[in-house]
Amino acid sequence: MLSLPPVQKLLRPKLVAGSDAAEEVTSPWPAALSTLMWCRHDDLKEMLDSNKDSLKLEAMKRIVAMIARGKNASDLFPAVVKNVACKNIEVKKLVYVYLVRYAEEQQDLALLSISTFQRGLKDPNQLIRASALRVLSSIRVPIIVPIMMLAIKEAASDMSPYVRKTAAHAIPKLYSLDSDQKDQLIEVIEKLLADKTTLVAGSVVMAFEEVCPERIDLIHKNYRKLCNLLIDVEEWGQVVIINMLTRYARTQFLSPNQNESLLEESAEKAFYGSEEEDTKDAKAEAASLAKRKPYVMDPDHRLLLRNTKPLLQSRNAAVVMAVAQLYFHLAPKAEVGVIAKALVRLLRSHSEVQYVVLQNVATMSIKRRGMFEPYLKSFYIRSTDPTQIKILKLEVLTNLANETNISTILREFQTYIRSMDKDFVAATIQAIGRCATNIGKVRDTCLNGLVQLLSNRDELVVAESVVVIKKLLQMQPAQHSEIIKHMAKLTDNIQVPMARASILWLIGEYCEHVPKIAPDVLRKMAKSFTNEEDIVKLQVINLAAKLYLTNSKQSKLLTQYVLNLAKYDQNYDIRDRARFIRQLIVPTEKSGALNKYAKKLFLAQKPAPILESSFKDRDHFQLGSLSHLLNAKAVGYQELPDWPDEAPDPSVRNVEVRGAPQCIWDTLSSGTSSSSSEEEEEEEEEEEEEGSGEQSEDKEGEEEEEKRKKRKEKGGLRKVSPRSMGSEEEEEAEGKKVKKAAGPQGKKGHAETSSEEASASESSSSGSDSGTEAPTVVEAKRRKTVRTGLEGGWEDPCPLLTPLSSTFLPWSPREWAWWPTLSCGPWQLLSPAFGAVRTYELLHRMAGEGLSVEYCFSRRPFPGDPHMVAVQIQISNNTDAEVKSLRHNTNALGWKGTVVEGRWDTVAALCFQRACTHTRHFYVSIQPPVGELMAPVFMSENEFRKEQGKLTGMSEITEKLTLPEKCRSDHAIVQQVTSAANVGRVPCGADNEYRFAAKTVTSGSLVLITLEWREGAAAQLTVNSEKMVIGTMLVKDIIQALAQ
Amino acid sequence: MFQQKMIHSLFLINCSGDIFLEKHWKSVVSQSVCDYFFEAQEKAVDVENVPPVISTPHHYLISIYRDKIFFVSVIQTEVPPLFVIEFLHRVADTFQDYFGECSETAIKDNVVIVYELLEEMLDNGFPLATESNILKELIKPPTILRSVVNSITGSSNVGDTLPTGQLSNIPWRRAGVKYTNNEAYFDVIEEIDAIIDKSGSTVFAEIQGVIDSCIKLSGMPDLSLSFMNPRLLDDVSFHPCIRFKRWESERVLSFIPPDGNFRLISYRVSSQNLVAIPVYVKHLISFKENSSSGRFDVTIGPKQNMGKTVEGVVMTVHMPKAVLNMNLTATQGSYTFDPVTKVLTWDVGKITPQKLPNLKGIVNLQSGAPKPEENPSLNIQFKIQQLAISGLKVNRLDMYGEKYKPFKGVKYITKAGKFQVRT
Repeated sequence: MLSLPPVQKLLRPKLVAGSDAAEEVTSPWPAALSTLMWCRHDDLKEMLDSNKDSLKLEAMKRIVAMIARGKNASDLFPAVVKNVACKNIEVKKLVYVYLVRYAEEQQDLALLSISTFQRGLKDPNQLIRASALRVLSSIRVPIIVPIMMLAIKEAASDMSPYVRKTAAHAIPKLYSLDSDQKDQLIEVIEKLLADKTTLVAGSVVMAFEEVCPERIDLIHKNYRKLCNLLIDVEEWGQVVIINMLTRYARTQFLSPNQNESLLEESAEKAFYGSEEEDTKDAKAEAASLAKRKPYVMDPDHRLLLRNTKPLLQSRNAAVVMAVAQLYFHLAPKAEVGVIAKALVRLLRSHSEVQYVVLQNVATMSIKRRGMFEPYLKSFYIRSTDPTQIKILKLEVLTNLANETNISTILREFQTYIRSMDKDFVAATIQAIGRCATNIGKVRDTCLNGLVQLLSNRDELVVAESVVVIKKLLQMQPAQHSEIIKHMAKLTDNIQVPMARASILWLIGEYCEHVPKIAPDVLRKMAKSFTNEEDIVKLQVINLAAKLYLTNSKQSKLLTQYVLNLAKYDQNYDIRDRARFIRQLIVPTEKSGALNKYAKKLFLAQKPAPILESSFKDRDHFQLGSLSHLLNAKAVGYQELPDWPDEAPDPSVRNVEVRGAPQCIWDTLSSGTSSSSSEEEEEEEEEEEEEGSGEQSEDKEGEEEEEKRKKRKEKGGLRKVSPRSMGSEEEEEAEGKKVKKAAGPQGKKGHAETSSEEASASESSSSGSDSGTEAPTVVEAKRRKTVRTGLEGGWEDPCPLLTPLSSTFLPWSPREWAWWPTLSCGPWQLLSPAFGAVRTYELLHRMAGEGLSVEYCFSRRPFPGDPHMVAVQIQISNNTDAEVKSLRHNTNALGWKGTVVEGRWDTVAALCFQRACTHTRHFYVSIQPPVGELMAPVFMSENEFRKEQGKLTGMSEITEKLTLPEKCRSDHAIVQQVTSAANVGRVPCGADNEYRFAAKTVTSGSLVLITLEWREGAAAQLTVNSEKMVIGTMLVKDIIQALAQ
Repeated sequence: MFQQKMIHSLFLINCSGDIFLEKHWKSVVSQSVCDYFFEAQEKAVDVENVPPVISTPHHYLISIYRDKIFFVSVIQTEVPPLFVIEFLHRVADTFQDYFGECSETAIKDNVVIVYELLEEMLDNGFPLATESNILKELIKPPTILRSVVNSITGSSNVGDTLPTGQLSNIPWRRAGVKYTNNEAYFDVIEEIDAIIDKSGSTVFAEIQGVIDSCIKLSGMPDLSLSFMNPRLLDDVSFHPCIRFKRWESERVLSFIPPDGNFRLISYRVSSQNLVAIPVYVKHLISFKENSSSGRFDVTIGPKQNMGKTVEGVVMTVHMPKAVLNMNLTATQGSYTFDPVTKVLTWDVGKITPQKLPNLKGIVNLQSGAPKPEENPSLNIQFKIQQLAISGLKVNRLDMYGEKYKPFKGVKYITKAGKFQVRT
């Protein structure tokens, strides 16, 4: 095997050249021409330079095939890099592949491609933005570090979660290129950690682990969110998050086993050691236990355990293993058992998976034997298992052996001893030896069994048995002189050096038990001394010395003879040993005081060797890690910290009531912010419990009553709506009324609907705190029971219970009072254009198990903050046929953290909402059309012209379109445009021209739209806006609206 | 220099030790790193015993062996080994899915698609898209028709839109699925793992099952599958599409399926239930002392099988090294003995209770070699159609969310898993 690679290397160029030639024949390029070329790659270059995409593609395919075979294609770099802007997406992708592979080697040329990616970063298509960032960050050219940094920062606040995920992926890439960027990258990580989407979570934790695993403080605020998102994160992200949370939990919570750890030790002692000390120990423990405070698990600790448990059912072995190690390291002893079943299941998987799982099971089974005992038989060995698996299973079986099952295990071992696989047999004999030392009861049985093996035909088996017997005999030599005699006889036959050496050592050590045989053995060995292996020779000298000291009469001459032979041995170790021993045992004038102690030196009591598992103490490595598998610290391994003695402050994980709305609420419900976050906590806790088990139900009951009361009080406070400031009292009264009425209605209820208006927006971009989570206001009305309503509100940081009709809200003049007196420019904000409001589906009733959610953009101003866009959400329950289950479902219906994600500059808001009933969590997302993210403004024709003049060039986007039949009237055009975007019409002198103006809600940038209607159906649309992305997207939307 | 986590490079190596594909996600790692792998491979004697994790001075090699190909990945720092192993198997599964087989020729023939796939599956060594439905939207699997069309028109296999699944809450399903015939098939496949000892008593037996599905339904169907006796399932692992809570509370499998073939669940039947072993084996294998021959006599018979026939019976035996040749006669089926690997294979076929299949004859041993100590164990394979040995039964399949009536089908099959008879 080893000789092969060089041969291949010689052959490979030829082979490759041959296959290239073959390809050339089939390639569309004339074969004759290509053979004329000087350079082999010239044909490829020409193909790349051609105008035809198909030729380019063909060339790129061949180049990629070369790269795949590990062949150097770097001389094509200039020709390839030119095609980076190619329109054909497959060519483009293959160019990316090439670029990433060779950019490092050709840094200067690689820079040519950078501008293409920079352009790609601004593309309206999220796939292109993401892939541009991916490639840009994969090009390992140090000079572009600042560009990468900028791109990552921008992408981290992109509105598309997919782009943000790519940004998270790019962070470690940049870090590896330039670790000086760490501080800036940590900022980005911090920002992305706050992201609420499952798509981003796994990737950002990965980046965290690579860049700043020591910054555990970044996790505090996101801990609960990560726990709750976990089940919906993709598999690979789950593994990373779970491993990170294991470490986190070890630093933040107290050991759940601190009381048991003492008990456990004593159990071990009782098992291995002599039984007398036990009673004493037990008393001491009882005393120490009493001193300890009762342990109460941190609810966050519980949350982690509870949310990871379902993942044991994952199809992905890595996820199962990650959860298993989490439970092993974090769970109370009584709960660890659940992982055994899942781990045993993995043993059915591929042999590589088995190998890793068994290594971990071996470690676990030492600490927690009871856990795997029920699955003992699953570790039985089949003759078809690979040897490495067999040996690991044997290890586990040995670890699981105890007084009750040892007979079954030994019977099983008997079968194994007859296996054809000799390495495995040897390991089995070792295992028997370990069982014998650990379980006193079967020591004699094992010893007898092993002695029988001494007559085995296979020498390896005999040799291994001798070695193991030697170790066993050392524990109680006196009773076993017969066995020693038997073994002495074996020296005639057995040839394996290790076994011979063991026998000789044994006879020497216990020569007093076999006084007659020992000198005879020495005689025989003296005869064959010169032919023995070194290891045997050393033991012969050893035996001679011991006999000389105990029985010098019979063995004096023999010893002299052996020592003389050794003196002239070829091996210097043996010569040294002989010289040393002669000085020590044969008294001469020169030999000093040591001589007197020779007997003590040689025949001292030696402690019996301890046979223990090689997996003992491996659990100081985090299970499931590479380091654990190798039993050595791998590069980059993060030590699993010890439990702290005192729990750090748990309040660091409390999530604040989100920044922006606080200013609104503070005036109304001052002082509730901190307590409300706590309450929210409790609520979450409670709901989880309801969902997961009935046992907790009854004890929860009382608490719930109390909570409900508290809630009522709170509810009173929170009912106050800022929108209804003027008519606050009225609103409040209404709220109460609904609550009272709700009880009976809940029973009647059929096809009830409840509507919620969630107004979500971005936080003001002018502030430096663009990373803060944007606020949400949920105004909800529920016609269900009081509890439902309250609970729903409770989940939310700033709930409001306002009675609204179950359909979308009509306009009421009261709201105009809240129209912001925004004065960012000279133009007046207009009242919103009012047309048919389009509704979008958020959750289909099928996907939602009967619950359907729709939303629309009401285009009403959001009262709290002028930088926000109002979203109206309608929830309806469609399961009128199943009233019973409906009631049950909606009982725990609630909104959890309605949050606005997108902060991509000022473009758009993308809300991710997580609705949950008690059985299911639904992830739904609101993706607002760009047209909804603006508010109409009024301006005169002249102003319009002036502003338009400022926004030319890059800021102007023009597109031609054809108007369909029904869109060829003034009314229809205006209608369509205003329905596509929230814009206001600007008066215009020209007949066939329509103008609209608006400004984006967040940043207040102007958006000007001009539609020129030419002859017949032809028209031209122009959008001017400094926000290019908004512009391009808006053009697309409007054209689409007009085309309908 | 800071070192990076996760998968650095991947080498595909065939059985004769040729590196026929390499892919690097970060800086290039020289092929010579594989020498450590070859060294381990040489030490391991057979392919199964190559350690999956090898430590070298600068890297760690984590490898899997699938379909006569070694997938060797290069790792630089701490990473959960199972993470890499599971991923590599996922890669092999994807190749299988795309090319119909995961072989050296298939990979070499489709090297560009392989590269595109690897590019999508890993970003910077961290898995990106591994869900088959998503990958198929990004990169279309090769078909003869498409390759012809592409070569003429120059159009590509690469999709230019972001798979909708990536962003939705059901990432495993692609959008806009349309079929003229809407079908949903479920195969309940149970395997019996057993060790039978010399005397014919069962040392260990257990039933492992899977439900493989082939779903070709338009739109966004929401299925729920219920069983007559769900309590039988002791330990279940789920496809991510299954709603865990629903299973926990009602023991109903409720899910929006991926499009195409996938494994819905795998399960183990609770060990309290006694496993009915559908076949018995009578055997007499002995080697005479001081003579270079032995006897071999094996009969396979059916036990009560609820009236179903046992078919596809194959017995394989790894004979001791000392065996030179075997002279046997089979009353049914045919046998082969490979004198190099010492593997005896007896293809029995269907068992009819009237006439039990028997294989009998003389074993020739190497002259002078000592009598083999051990008797080989017999590995049996069999199949029983239309029967789930655990008694598991699908009760009904309901579909919500779509209007059409799908064609539904459930098939049961019982197979031998790791079924071994010790002699």
